[in-house]
Amino acid sequence: MKITILLWISLALMVTALYLIFVIAPIERTMGIVQKIFYLMVPMGWLALLSFLVVFIGSILYLKKRSLRWDILSYSSAEVGVIFTTLALVTGSIWAKPAWGVWWTWEPRLTATLVLWLIYLTYFMVRSFATEESRGATFAAIVGIIGFIDIPIIVLATTLWRGLHPGALIFQGGLDPTMLLTLIISLLTFSTLYALILMQRISLKNNEVEIKRMKELSQPFN
Amino acid sequence: MKFWNQVISITWKDTFSEIRTREVISSVLVFTLLVIVIFNFAFGANQETLRLVAPGILWVTFTFTGVLSLNRAFIPEKEQGCLEGLMACPISREAIYVGKMLASLLFMLIIEAIALPVFAFLFNLPVLTLPMVTITILATIGFVAVGTLFSALAINTRAREMVLPILFLPVMVPVIISAVNASKMALSGKPWNELASWIQIIGVFDVIFLVVSCLIFTYAIEE
Amino acid sequence: MAMDNGDTGSTFQDQVIEIQGLTKAFGHHLALRGLDLKIRQGEKVAILGPNGAGKTTLIKVLATIINITSGKVLITGLNPKDNAEEIRRQIGVITHQTFLYGNLTANENLEFYGRMYDIPQRKKRINEVADMVRMTPRLYDRVNTLSRGMQQRIAIARALLHKPTILLLDEPETGLDPQATSILWEILNVEREDKRTIFLTTHSLERVLEISNRLLILNQGKFAYEESGQTLSLADLKQIYQHYSEIEV
Repeated sequence: MKITILLWISLALMVTALYLIFVIAPIERTMGIVQKIFYLMVPMGWLALLSFLVVFIGSILYLKKRSLRWDILSYSSAEVGVIFTTLALVTGSIWAKPAWGVWWTWEPRLTATLVLWLIYLTYFMVRSFATEESRGATFAAIVGIIGFIDIPIIVLATTLWRGLHPGALIFQGGLDPTMLLTLIISLLTFSTLYALILMQRISLKNNEVEIKRMKELSQPFN
Repeated sequence: MKFWNQVISITWKDTFSEIRTREVISSVLVFTLLVIVIFNFAFGANQETLRLVAPGILWVTFTFTGVLSLNRAFIPEKEQGCLEGLMACPISREAIYVGKMLASLLFMLIIEAIALPVFAFLFNLPVLTLPMVTITILATIGFVAVGTLFSALAINTRAREMVLPILFLPVMVPVIISAVNASKMALSGKPWNELASWIQIIGVFDVIFLVVSCLIFTYAIEE
Repeated sequence: MAMDNGDTGSTFQDQVIEIQGLTKAFGHHLALRGLDLKIRQGEKVAILGPNGAGKTTLIKVLATIINITSGKVLITGLNPKDNAEEIRRQIGVITHQTFLYGNLTANENLEFYGRMYDIPQRKKRINEVADMVRMTPRLYDRVNTLSRGMQQRIAIARALLHKPTILLLDEPETGLDPQATSILWEILNVEREDKRTIFLTTHSLERVLEISNRLLILNQGKFAYEESGQTLSLADLKQIYQHYSEIEV
């Protein structure tokens, strides 16, 4: 029920956001039409951070409470997070081509996002390397905590290492008000989408767990 | 006081075992020297090029050194179930972490203390300066802070040797970036205040991850 | 249990190990399924059961090495979650693994564990336990150079070092030579009358009759059979064991 409501809200928001991006928001002077991808890139980056924050909180709670639901929350959020991080890298790359003439540049935020992506890949790998499921969940939680705490330090190091990103200008009043509104609506839209996907994934994961539990009960002596 | 007695006993035990066999230090040291020499071939013998890539070579080498020696850190604990024996002792998990961490730190610093002069000699670089030594010690603390946690985790997985580097390397990125850049400045004779921001990043990393790793270490070893 | 009542207070003191509804799950696999058990001080309890029955898991729970999934465990009236260190001081563990560092000498190993348990007059105590397992002549040899049986004797010394009031033995005779086995049972027999509680898992039915005064059969994570104070014949025991350790499919 909740999911259906959320689905409609996010659908409505999505249409609004698209309308704002392609019809209302003005075309940027120096960058031209390419700048529109900015309304996708920023929310992707934001969602990557948001989902890893959820992984972080879920991981702490899982280690403290040892309740499977927290692991399911972290796992689902990490999965969504990795997808959005991938998309952030892809959109960043598409942005980089016209902006700097190359597909990949070691620009600080892109670099930090790449490192983030690598850390959260290991979040899944360590699960599959564990000898048993519950230990894998514990190990993943450790990665989820260490990885999230590492993010500010990574950003700090990569920023000091290279120049600045246009993204840093957004909140310094360098953005046209309509552009800013479009960006905010866009962020809101994707946040709703995140909540929707996360809820779907959690209920799917719950079903998986239930099936496994039933299997275990039906053949207890393996 | 009791805590530190136990910590020192654990470090002492590892050190003593190492003095007997020289398993970690000798093999990792040879590996480290080999990597330095091989890199030399990869970049040619041109003095100018070498000067440019030297900080990178140094820190890639020390990162490998770290992975290799940390990979060994928990193997003696697993051989006769010693880790379980240790866990059945009336000591806190934090004491186990700090004890193992200090032993790894000691081993790595010994290896680096030998590798750095060799590096200075082969590359004709003023490596043995106060800034370089500070950077090396701080970065090594960062290595063992996270490495001890992941090493304990890796020992309880399949494909142990693969798990540590996979987990360790991405997390260490800020330390590696900072150490390389700080070394670059230190080697070209820049004053302390220019190095400060890099050294601060490593310092912050060290403090944060010593505390966090110590706190969650118990989950890496418990079932 | 409440401490304020004098009566319950005394039985509480008696109850060295108290387990209620103990469950341990590894992921979806239930290793222990709701165990209830009370062990009084000085009891010698033998646990029998086929491989995979949960014996080792139960020993690890009692050694406070692993966390439980649900239920209640009290050891010497204390909860392992809050008082792990006090409990561990009372417990000695002997398993088929020796817990010894191969590159250190027997003496160094005992010295190390002695420091971990913060034992007073360490040197004297080490010599005492080494003498007990008749390993004094080889005390300064590296553990790697000792035979398996000798290593196990040092492991026994290690477990007795801090004078534990509860001894947990997990198939201690696995891989032992006859001499080491006889030393182990000798030590257990000598102290048979004392207040030490012994909790033993084994495959050897003869030992059960010799050592224990209480028998439990663990199967598929549950207690299938319990017997105490009775003197069984070996033949009876064999029959009982076979009956209760069958895996029902």
